[in-house]
Amino acid sequence: MTTHVQEPAGETHSHGLTNAGYVRVAVILALITALEVSTYYVDFGPFFLPALIVMMVVKFVMVVSYFMHLRFDHGLFSFLFYSGLVLAIGVYAAFLATLHFFLR
Amino acid sequence: MADAALHGAAHGAGHPPTSTGLSNVKLGMWVFLGSECLLFGGLISTYMLYRGRVGQGPTPAQIFDIPFTSVSSFVLLMSSLTMVLAVSAANARDDRRTNLWLTVTALLGATFVGGQVYEFTAFYHEGLGFGTSLFASSFYTLTGFHGVHVTVGIIMLMSLVGIFRRRGVPGSKAETVEMIGLYWHFVDIVWIIIFTLIYLIPV
Repeated sequence: MTTHVQEPAGETHSHGLTNAGYVRVAVILALITALEVSTYYVDFGPFFLPALIVMMVVKFVMVVSYFMHLRFDHGLFSFLFYSGLVLAIGVYAAFLATLHFFLR
Repeated sequence: MADAALHGAAHGAGHPPTSTGLSNVKLGMWVFLGSECLLFGGLISTYMLYRGRVGQGPTPAQIFDIPFTSVSSFVLLMSSLTMVLAVSAANARDDRRTNLWLTVTALLGATFVGGQVYEFTAFYHEGLGFGTSLFASSFYTLTGFHGVHVTVGIIMLMSLVGIFRRRGVPGSKAETVEMIGLYWHFVDIVWIIIFTLIYLIPV
């Protein structure tokens, strides 16, 4: 019964970026938001919907990865969160498909 | 046997010893946030299904004020920055900056909620009551639930400021700031989705 010492799983003791790094992420997020809003005024043609979805996903991932520190934390936290997210997307995509939402 | 249980506080992780070496509070928070995805997923998909069912009431294009909502979105996005700066200050055990950033975050959150109250009032005066149409009901339910989440976040932030002013921010309390930060950022990412799917994509 030896008590071996090892690093606690996932505790990297890294709290992510520096404050300047967080400001940079916020500036990028603000720029993407400005681009999103511009789609309301400028005609993006066939790229309108894909561009909006891509920008939304990029903002989502940036906040989760950097502000919520998932990128720097233990993988189990990512698993727990993304499991819920993927389950939600799957369940409600199936729900909407059943009601022919995507065929409209 | 007992070795795994010694992980955690023994290594200065800032939380009591656990069998996984991970903070149980943090694990619980991520499970909670994962389950919240299902809650908001239900509300968002219900809105998507009913957004075209306006009946005799106004349509989304007639009532949405995109410039106003864009400013609100920007305010909430910036509150995520001030929140992460509060977490950073708490980890550095800087009481003054922690309280400052928590207060600024709460003020930005309150500005967002104030904007939402103004928006709801304007919509109501334009003829969009809760029961006007399926679109109205699903819109108010979704954005209202989100607004309640922001309000709960503001209450938690101000409670933290009150507690910390009396007791300071010892190392173990930094985790509390981080947990409330996770909740706050989650509220922000939900709004990122709502802003795009509900406001920017036309029916």
